[in-house]
Amino acid sequence: MSTLKGRNLISITDFSKQEYIEVLDIAEGFEQNPKQKILSDKVVATLFFEPSTRTRLSFESAANQLGARIIGFSDPGGTSVQKGESLHDTIVMVASYSDLIVMRNPKEGSARYASEVSSVPLINAGDGANQHPTQCMLDLYSIRKTQGTLENLNIAMVGDLKYGRTVHSLVQAMCNFNATFHLVSPVELKLPSSVKMSIKNAGLKYYQYTDLRDVIPTADIIYMTRVQRERFPDPMEYERVKDSCILTASMLEGCKPNMRILHPLPRVNEITTDVDSTPYAYYFQQAQNGVYVRQALMAAILGVK
Amino acid sequence: MENKKEMVVSAIENGTVIDHLPTESVYQVIRILGLERYTDEVLIGNHLNSGKLGRKGIIKIKNKHFNKEEISKIALVAPYASIIDIEDYKVASKFNAEIPDHVENFVRCANPKCITNAEVVPTRFDVVDKENLKLRCHYCEKFTTKETLKFSE
Repeated sequence: MSTLKGRNLISITDFSKQEYIEVLDIAEGFEQNPKQKILSDKVVATLFFEPSTRTRLSFESAANQLGARIIGFSDPGGTSVQKGESLHDTIVMVASYSDLIVMRNPKEGSARYASEVSSVPLINAGDGANQHPTQCMLDLYSIRKTQGTLENLNIAMVGDLKYGRTVHSLVQAMCNFNATFHLVSPVELKLPSSVKMSIKNAGLKYYQYTDLRDVIPTADIIYMTRVQRERFPDPMEYERVKDSCILTASMLEGCKPNMRILHPLPRVNEITTDVDSTPYAYYFQQAQNGVYVRQALMAAILGVK
Repeated sequence: MENKKEMVVSAIENGTVIDHLPTESVYQVIRILGLERYTDEVLIGNHLNSGKLGRKGIIKIKNKHFNKEEISKIALVAPYASIIDIEDYKVASKFNAEIPDHVENFVRCANPKCITNAEVVPTRFDVVDKENLKLRCHYCEKFTTKETLKFSE
């Protein structure tokens, strides 16, 4: 029997390596056959306390394709939350109306707290800058699908490594699979030492760079993220470094044939559009994989897979 | 034998002596234990000579014995403090305040965006580094350190 039944997914470290693999295997089945009405007797609540396009639609599409009914809101305006109801009371009430809660909330730690007061399982769809574990699961799915394995890969992480929560989660998850990390960022946006410590503690290696060109020949995966202007107190600094983390098609000459480019999206200008038509671009398929991974998580947590 | 150094602050018949406090922690300990509102005798000495610390602080509280949570609070701001229980002018027990592995309820999370600072949620931390005092919030996963440590009202 699966260990995932009845579990919450709040932080990527809540699941073990075996459990990641179990979810990815189930997701593969949904990619082959996404429309299975196995949740037709279930109600999934999607509570989005702040706007989200991709994540909410992906969860709702996943639940719909499995035949579940969906209740919830995409904006707290017009709900009891706007009247000042506490998160505690909202969750206790919604849990009594549903079999599973999917929640996005801008307050960091809100998902862990909500899972402790909820009588039904809860999936964190993003709690501020803290965690967004389903994004990490779909990143793992995309890596395994494009490389045929998660083991022994050279993973280049590019852009805002300091504040990017998807970067931190993916590094932590890939520490289970003997990865080598190539970290490319402006010096102001280097990976925090606590995350580097996770790499060291796993007995793995990382290398730091400031120029994206240096990692292209060795990378199996290039994971791009956005460098935001507002992260720089001095606009001159931003101007100086902004082009060091932009990927263009002409830079891809000499990359490994199996190399694929991932991006959590939305993209702004860090991947130029001429990359989209190369065989290395994988970011749009990556977003599509989110549906299968979220189907797998909901089905496993509700105990029907 | 009466200790000459302790004579600087009079002995108490019954209660607790908090000794070997860093001088900068004395008033903080008074505040976090709520001793400003304590209505029995509280004797405070600071910048006293100490073999161990060079200079130290000491607080003697009459007719008061501290619970585990209160001792954890003392340990967080004065990790080498000695807690001495006094009964009938004699030392009934003496031990060092020890930083616990987990801290609940009385420390505030330093992350202003944490749910515990937005709603009435009891705080919970894992102490991940006792030497440099680093607490990891159970909810937002951010660190609260010696520099950002604040106690709940």
